[in-house]
Amino acid sequence: MTSLPASTERSLGLVIDLDTCVGCHACVVSCKEWNTANYGAPLSDQDAYGARPSGTFLNRVHSFEAVPESGGEVPRVVHFPRSCLHCADAPCVTVCPTGASYKRTEDGIVLVNEADCIGCGLCAWACPYGARELDQAAGVMKKCTLCVDRIENPNIPEIDRQPACVRACPAGARHFGDLADPESPAAKLVAARGGFDLMPEQGTRPVNKYLPPRAPVDLLAPLLDPLPQSAGGFLGWLDRALDKF
Amino acid sequence: MHPAPSIIVFTTFSGLGFGLMAMLGLGAGKGEGWIAATFCALALGLAGAGLLASLFHLGQPSRFLKAFSQWRSSWLSREALLAVATLLVFGAYAALWSLAGLRLAALGLLAAALAVATVFATSMIYAQMKSVPRWRSPLTPAIFLFASLSGGALLAGETRPATVLLAALGVLQLADWFRGDGRFAAAGSTMATATGLGALGRLRLLEPPNTGPNYLLREMVHVVGRRHSRRLRPIGFTAAVVLPIALLAPGAAGHLTVGLAVLAHVAGILVLRWLFFAEAEHVVGLYYGKR
Repeated sequence: MTSLPASTERSLGLVIDLDTCVGCHACVVSCKEWNTANYGAPLSDQDAYGARPSGTFLNRVHSFEAVPESGGEVPRVVHFPRSCLHCADAPCVTVCPTGASYKRTEDGIVLVNEADCIGCGLCAWACPYGARELDQAAGVMKKCTLCVDRIENPNIPEIDRQPACVRACPAGARHFGDLADPESPAAKLVAARGGFDLMPEQGTRPVNKYLPPRAPVDLLAPLLDPLPQSAGGFLGWLDRALDKF
Repeated sequence: MHPAPSIIVFTTFSGLGFGLMAMLGLGAGKGEGWIAATFCALALGLAGAGLLASLFHLGQPSRFLKAFSQWRSSWLSREALLAVATLLVFGAYAALWSLAGLRLAALGLLAAALAVATVFATSMIYAQMKSVPRWRSPLTPAIFLFASLSGGALLAGETRPATVLLAALGVLQLADWFRGDGRFAAAGSTMATATGLGALGRLRLLEPPNTGPNYLLREMVHVVGRRHSRRLRPIGFTAAVVLPIALLAPGAAGHLTVGLAVLAHVAGILVLRWLFFAEAEHVVGLYYGKR
């Protein structure tokens, strides 16, 4: 049934730190690798070695540049990973005509039952975040599963029981946890850093949160030798002589 | 949005078919026997061909039966159920009328109501999309319904109602262009709300996530389709609304002119449907610095 649950026991999701993300795309690659080899249809590529390669990805990293309105300050580059936000009011679920899309009552993960998907693409239209992609080889909808086949998998070491993207991130910019539990480390991080929703005006109530970039602080600059502003000897004489000239 | 030929053909021709069913169900279309059979076959054929075209849009067409299950929540599922119910009820009405010469008004009325409900369900698939602000308006179902009914009236040869319905369609279409151009801005989604980075300053996309195309860009950020929209709007409007009204003017209407009016109208609706998709901008484009 593609009606949304009124509430879920837990709200598993990701917290993505835009301050820490270095834009290396390791999460993109590890996501593609895990989800191609495991649950559901593989994430296919088309023309992978040709002139116009294209493929299915559940996680993509955009890079934005922000130019301060005040002027004077230098523009900032922010790397921005984008994947399914496992919304509480997921518009992708209710539009599904077959019941293939659903939100789990126990943990709030939004999933696609690929055996029921007819590949109409309506859920991808309904998602404001571009989180769903129709696999061109399998003809079924693919989306982030929060690595359901990792997070509760007793056959892998406990340290690996988190989404592949979180496990892969070398900068520690991705955090996984129950965001409905205010005592979870992920929820505490959101509270401490002012985590926010993407496109709140769409009314989707995303579970995933993003942490804003901090004000730029150059920790190393004060510790460096200052550049010499004057010179002695011949160079000093030349400098003074040219000033008078 | 990507103006997929299968969806344009589907919405145009099934709309015409269901519109004709509604008109015939309401008692339009004079004649019996072969004439009645021709009218009914045309309606069923158009709607059936349209529904068949919609199957080509699916990634897994063989599983289409599953789409009848989620009518409680999904407009697409409701559309599928209503379409089949309409075909069955109208089929019974058509058989009694053309084979036995019996025109049951109550059955016709039921078929007409179901046909209108089907077109409404189709339109709500688009009108419900918050992610596509141009579509999210009561004008979307209104335009779909009036396009369907005016086409049906034209096909049934009911020139007076057709003129009125076409005029209403014209007014609604102009209103939708007038209001629709501002709906994306009014919805309030910007690159700043999409990324939450607005406080840092003026944003632009520095690097897209991938150098090539992807499904999202092909499906939802289709900028080529709307490049000629300012030229296509008057072309579509003239063919779909103005020409048919002129051809149906009292004194001019004959079999030939009504036929020409139908051809112009269908061509015009195809153009307007192309624009309906091509001009619609999905908010996901904001992540790509596009609309």
